[in-house]
Amino acid sequence: MAYVRFENISFSYGDNQVLKNFSLSLKKNEIMCLVGPSGCGKTTLVRCLLGLTRPDQGEIYVGDTCMFSSKRRINVPAERRGIGIVFQDYAVWPHLTVRENIAYPLRKRRVRKEEIARKVQSVLKQVSMSEYINHLPSQLSGGQQQRVAIARALLSSDNLIVLDEPITNLDAKLRDQMLNEIRDIQRNVGTTIFYITHDQRAALHLGDQLAIMDTEGELIQIGTDEDIILRPKNRFIFEFIGVTNFLPLKFADSMYKLDLGSKMVPWPEEIPSAVAGGKPLDMGIRPNDITFDDASPIRATVRRSVFLGSEYDYFVQAGDKELRVQQSTLDATLVGVAKEGSEVGLRFLNPRYYAATSRGV
Amino acid sequence: MEGRRFNLDGIMTGLSFVLLLVIVVIPIFMIVYHAFFYQGKFSLELIIDQLTRETTMASMWNTIKIGALVTLFGTIMGVFYAWLLGRSNIPGKKLMRSLFTIPYMFPPFLGAMAWDLLLNGRSGYLNRWLMQTFSLSSAPLNINTIWGIVFVEISYYFPFVFMQVVSALERMDPTLEESARIAGARQGKVIWKITLPLVTPAISAGALLILISSLAHFGVPAILGFSQGIFTLPTRIYSVIARSGGSFDGIRQAAALSILLVAVVSLALWVQKKVLSSGGYDIIKGKSMRPTLINLRGARVPLFVVALSTLVVIVVVPLGMIFLVGLVRAYGLPLIPANFTLANYQRIFTTSGTIASIKNSLFLSISAGIISMLLGTLIAYVVQKIKPKGTGALEILSVLPYSIPGTVLAIGVILAWSGSLRVNLYNTLWIILIAYIARYLSFSMKTSSAALLQVHPSLEEAARTCGASHTESLKDITLPLIRPAMVSGFFLIFLPAMREVTTSVLLYGPYTRTLGVQIYSLRDAGMMPQASALGSVAIVLIIIINAIVNTLNKDRRGV
Repeated sequence: MAYVRFENISFSYGDNQVLKNFSLSLKKNEIMCLVGPSGCGKTTLVRCLLGLTRPDQGEIYVGDTCMFSSKRRINVPAERRGIGIVFQDYAVWPHLTVRENIAYPLRKRRVRKEEIARKVQSVLKQVSMSEYINHLPSQLSGGQQQRVAIARALLSSDNLIVLDEPITNLDAKLRDQMLNEIRDIQRNVGTTIFYITHDQRAALHLGDQLAIMDTEGELIQIGTDEDIILRPKNRFIFEFIGVTNFLPLKFADSMYKLDLGSKMVPWPEEIPSAVAGGKPLDMGIRPNDITFDDASPIRATVRRSVFLGSEYDYFVQAGDKELRVQQSTLDATLVGVAKEGSEVGLRFLNPRYYAATSRGV
Repeated sequence: MEGRRFNLDGIMTGLSFVLLLVIVVIPIFMIVYHAFFYQGKFSLELIIDQLTRETTMASMWNTIKIGALVTLFGTIMGVFYAWLLGRSNIPGKKLMRSLFTIPYMFPPFLGAMAWDLLLNGRSGYLNRWLMQTFSLSSAPLNINTIWGIVFVEISYYFPFVFMQVVSALERMDPTLEESARIAGARQGKVIWKITLPLVTPAISAGALLILISSLAHFGVPAILGFSQGIFTLPTRIYSVIARSGGSFDGIRQAAALSILLVAVVSLALWVQKKVLSSGGYDIIKGKSMRPTLINLRGARVPLFVVALSTLVVIVVVPLGMIFLVGLVRAYGLPLIPANFTLANYQRIFTTSGTIASIKNSLFLSISAGIISMLLGTLIAYVVQKIKPKGTGALEILSVLPYSIPGTVLAIGVILAWSGSLRVNLYNTLWIILIAYIARYLSFSMKTSSAALLQVHPSLEEAARTCGASHTESLKDITLPLIRPAMVSGFFLIFLPAMREVTTSVLLYGPYTRTLGVQIYSLRDAGMMPQASALGSVAIVLIIIINAIVNTLNKDRRGV
């Protein structure tokens, strides 16, 4: 059953329509990651949910409560929505100690003193910050401040926590660690988490469900990580979710040919009839879906090879197009590593075809 | 429930507009109205009449001349000492740096008094000594000239540039200079091509402060110029009011002169903008760095002596003079222990007028400090956080009085609040209080604004989502965070208000003399030793308060 529902939310800043009839549902006790490029309206949506921004139209429900409805003129003020939030800049109050920061939402709800002390202790344990209870935020590192923010969010709501780009300011290693911890906390507490990010890797790492928005603020696809990676709904998602190569296909002499700039090579793969029709196409492929095969008629020169431990990363040149190819270390040991400067044949597994865009590839 | 937030914000916005209207807009409007309208009809007669008077033109010319000279030399002096004390290996830097900021808190009119006691063309102590020693027939030095006024003003206004540039030099990324050295530039070239251009914004900000302050300055030209008939626009306005004995005609003339003074200030601001327009540099970082110090080598000792003698001339001599003359039995007696007495102090502390003036000044500066602090913070909050329609107007209105000379502001306050609008506050403390608030509002508005900019909106929003109402989030989060800035805003107003003379001298009544006015009138009445004694009291008060402020600041840094 849907726990949080956005129904036909519209919002505009002056003439700039940020959200248009946006609808999305979150199930109880799941981690929903909302992913989209910067400026697509993610943060606006969060602010609407929290009651910090008033949508022009639509309805927002949390559980059975209607938080906002333009038709019924309902707009529950932010302080009565009971939603925990971790802001991108943590928003830990610099003049209060860790204890005072975390206890604040309980104090505002007039919880008894002993109860507050108990809850603060227990939540600090959960984010492993017990020994910092009397520290001021200025004495904490970025990661520690973030734990304080998470602890505070956990105490402001039992049911729903929103994390708005919370790990962007951390270094790569700490980022992975925090994602795992957020996951663990969610498993332990069982709260619903709405995670907002522009970083598709963090979203894949964390989310039970992913919702992907495009630059115009439109929701393109909702699904699990596998859905998104293996069955991207359109070119935007395909490009957004990982590294991609695109090569143009031109129809000439009653067949599709790969346009490598300086030369045209007949395209060996079969093109689904739905897209094949003589119009120019863009063939998209992920670096790890390209393999080296000496028998292939598509020839290329290896310009650079980078060993990354688990894989080799190649930059190869075919005609005047540059492609990225990834080869797992296991494959490389089986078939051999391609040397810089050597000529290779390329085979394309699992290519996707999209109508050619005017901007070219 | 939605209405509540709107209401609180709406009330704050409305209050800001109303208060600024009363404090700033009405007085300014009244000046313009009375300068251009006579008996309800538009008339340029008054302005033209003033413009064709030789006295007006002379004082206008004096104002411009003094302003330009003080700005030029004050800036050069400020930059030179900022560099010397900020970037060279001159000895005793730390101590000298704090000594160089003393003139900043010292009331310039007391300095003018001290120099008048020393170098008055007829009776100055130093002049008489020189005449005796070298048997000269006339005084060799005369402070009662344009150059004398310029000299005294420079010694009190150069710290504006000095302090701005010192802090810019401190925050400048030293790698910028180091890269130039590595690229092969010699030391002199680095200073000229890298350091100086980078601190140009700080220099022009400081120079602007000097220019505005000097053009609007009343105390020094009043004390040094009146006896020789040297007038500037602010002192001319004062004398017009004083001579007319409060008649309406005199006030109208003063309004016309005020318009001219505002025109001169605006013109100067415009010229300054044209001359010093420079792009902003973001290369100056917020945090302190440790720049490389320049070895002065052979010049170290001579430059140290130069800096030390500057300090003696601008700080020690005037201070000492005031203290010593405050002790002497009668003005003109040699300054030797045999002539010293505490009778002057006894007299000032037993005169009811003097005690009242100290009380008045304390009351005025504390109330102006508190009210302006609260009001400035309110306006800063509306401008920075609520951002209603007309934010720009609000911001301009609140900083406008700062560039309006105190004399002009006083004329506006007289015109607005002495009966013409059915409110008569003339000869009460309240009229002075209103003038002080208008004058110093921008100080607290600026400090609170800067502090509020540091308070990211998410801090208040986080409190809202934790269950705090808008009012509670203000009380629990925003106010505690900007409290230190509010406190320093208070002292920024309290200190100058304590020694204020420019507006009070036009607004005081028989029972509402302020400390500055009392010193000024004692001196005017020829009671130099008593004026000096009271001046010493004022200086000691200011030093004590400053010490308190500094300890408060130190405590805060520990948190």
